[in-house]
Amino acid sequence: MAVAYLTWGRLARVTGLLAGLLLLSLAAAAALGPVNIDWSRALDPAARDSPDALILFRARIPRVLLAAAIGGALASSGAALQALLRNPLADPHLVGISGGAALAGVCALAFAPAVLGQAVLVPAAAFAGALASIWIVVRLAVVAGRIESYALLLIGVIYNAFTGALLMFINTLVDFFQAHGILFWLMGSVASQSYDVVAALGLYTLAGLALLWLRARDLDCLTLGDARAAELGVAVERARRQIFLAAALLVGVVVSVSGMIGFVGLVVPHVMRLTVGADHRLLLPACYLAGAIFLVWADTLARTVLGATEIPVGVVTALAGAPVFAYLLRRERHGLGLG
Amino acid sequence: MRQLGPSAATTDAGILRQYVEEGGASTARDGARSTLAAEDVRFAYGGGPEVVRGVSLAVATGEMLAIAGPNGSGKSTLLALLSGVRAPTAGRVVLDGHDLRALDRRVLARTTAVVPQDATIAFPYTVAEIVLMGRAAHRRPLGIESAHDVAVAERAMARTGVLALAARPITALSGGERQRVVIARALAQEPSILLLDEPTTHLDLRHAVEILDLVAELNARDGVAVVAVLHDLTSAALWFRRLVFLADGQIAADGPPATVVDPATIRAVYGAEVRVRVDDDGALLVRPASRPREAAKRPD
Repeated sequence: MAVAYLTWGRLARVTGLLAGLLLLSLAAAAALGPVNIDWSRALDPAARDSPDALILFRARIPRVLLAAAIGGALASSGAALQALLRNPLADPHLVGISGGAALAGVCALAFAPAVLGQAVLVPAAAFAGALASIWIVVRLAVVAGRIESYALLLIGVIYNAFTGALLMFINTLVDFFQAHGILFWLMGSVASQSYDVVAALGLYTLAGLALLWLRARDLDCLTLGDARAAELGVAVERARRQIFLAAALLVGVVVSVSGMIGFVGLVVPHVMRLTVGADHRLLLPACYLAGAIFLVWADTLARTVLGATEIPVGVVTALAGAPVFAYLLRRERHGLGLG
Repeated sequence: MRQLGPSAATTDAGILRQYVEEGGASTARDGARSTLAAEDVRFAYGGGPEVVRGVSLAVATGEMLAIAGPNGSGKSTLLALLSGVRAPTAGRVVLDGHDLRALDRRVLARTTAVVPQDATIAFPYTVAEIVLMGRAAHRRPLGIESAHDVAVAERAMARTGVLALAARPITALSGGERQRVVIARALAQEPSILLLDEPTTHLDLRHAVEILDLVAELNARDGVAVVAVLHDLTSAALWFRRLVFLADGQIAADGPPATVVDPATIRAVYGAEVRVRVDDDGALLVRPASRPREAAKRPD
């Protein structure tokens, strides 16, 4: 029965393996880039101002760490959303949540520029935007108490079109050059931030993961349906609220720092569910680590493939993720006899 | 893996195997026997018409009763009220004298288990994982199931004949296999009260009989109270000592099958004509009444 259910040993082995892969990926990604750096000079404590050291420590390392935290947040919130919405095709980007977060963040940026610090206001607005979007999309997609796949996707597409249009509109009203361009918001970027932003984001995303992990067993039961979960002893309304809050926190914080990056929250949980199983006590940390690895490599590709020009990382994830999504959609249709 | 001989008792696997095979503790918690009662409950979905209209039903300790009635008579809703998943819009449901609304969901889940009508599961959990979810109410929310939890789950799977499927993903199973897994999950909750909503719908004859036999054994040996919604009146009459007919959200008849299963009651409840016979063993057989011209053809 060892493979049939989760044990501490398996949890430790799988997360250990993934963590090891992540460390390797971080090291490899820090070594890769359009500019060749001299490692001995970069790591030489006496040559701290050399361009090699600066590139490594100011540009590359914060960037790969950021990519890891963001990939992890997107993948784990995607896994939680799929369980909550009982739909393997849910993803913060597809169902419109990150669109709403981005819109709220942009509004905060554009219309309340000098208030507080943008460092607090924009993430807070994005969090609120994510929450509001979850509420709206779920309300619209519920048909007779159930959330249908196609209804969810359609609502998500429409909602994304709507928020995207509003984003473009605001872009024409306000000059974005000081902050982030519209491309940043729509396609995402994990370009270098200062170490305190990276550290803060790392902490927030790990806190979000912890909040989700506390509810991992409830997530498992919730995939069976609200009534079944209640029969098994889950306080359904309370659990859903807390999980939505944690997912919105993760998505909001991520979008406000790096714009909208899609497909990570869709593809990574799917693949992990197929490889490590659907038990969320393992799936959630596994998704965080695998999402981190995925985005680190996607970003590495984004900044090296065209030499000196950088592709927005959302482009890479979309180009990689959309075909996978199409394939998964075909499989689900056959499996459930829909369409 | 079976291990024969004295070495079996000295390994972890061996001890677990013996525990599972010899049955260990009874399915219901020792000494825990519960009573459940619906007191004049009413229920309407949203703002719609009442689906349950003033039902009072008392389930004594270790009692076994079947509920039957036409589609839309409120059977599933009544079960949802009895399990506490839905709260009545009027009246109340009490478990051992406590109003269900005042009870913690986890406490409730340790006492009452439900076998639902549909078992659509969207994610590829293995059979063992599904059954282990039945242990969720017995455990602290954090952490992973203990050896005891696993043993309870294994025994539940063995009793419903799905142990061999333990590592298979639930999405790959047939409707009948899935139903048996869901029953195993309910057993893993170690309930004092078992509520079943048409548990034999997808099952073939052999498995349907096995499940009803299992339910009867749980009642007789372990003292688990059983409330089962059943469509087939002959099965209900065979396995259950008490039959409740529900029609239009109200109780139309309540008593032993010999009393309530008669053509007049069935006509009033279902609007269908039947013949009821008692066979040589004293069992009740219910069959649709023949039309006059068919009776002429049949060599009855």
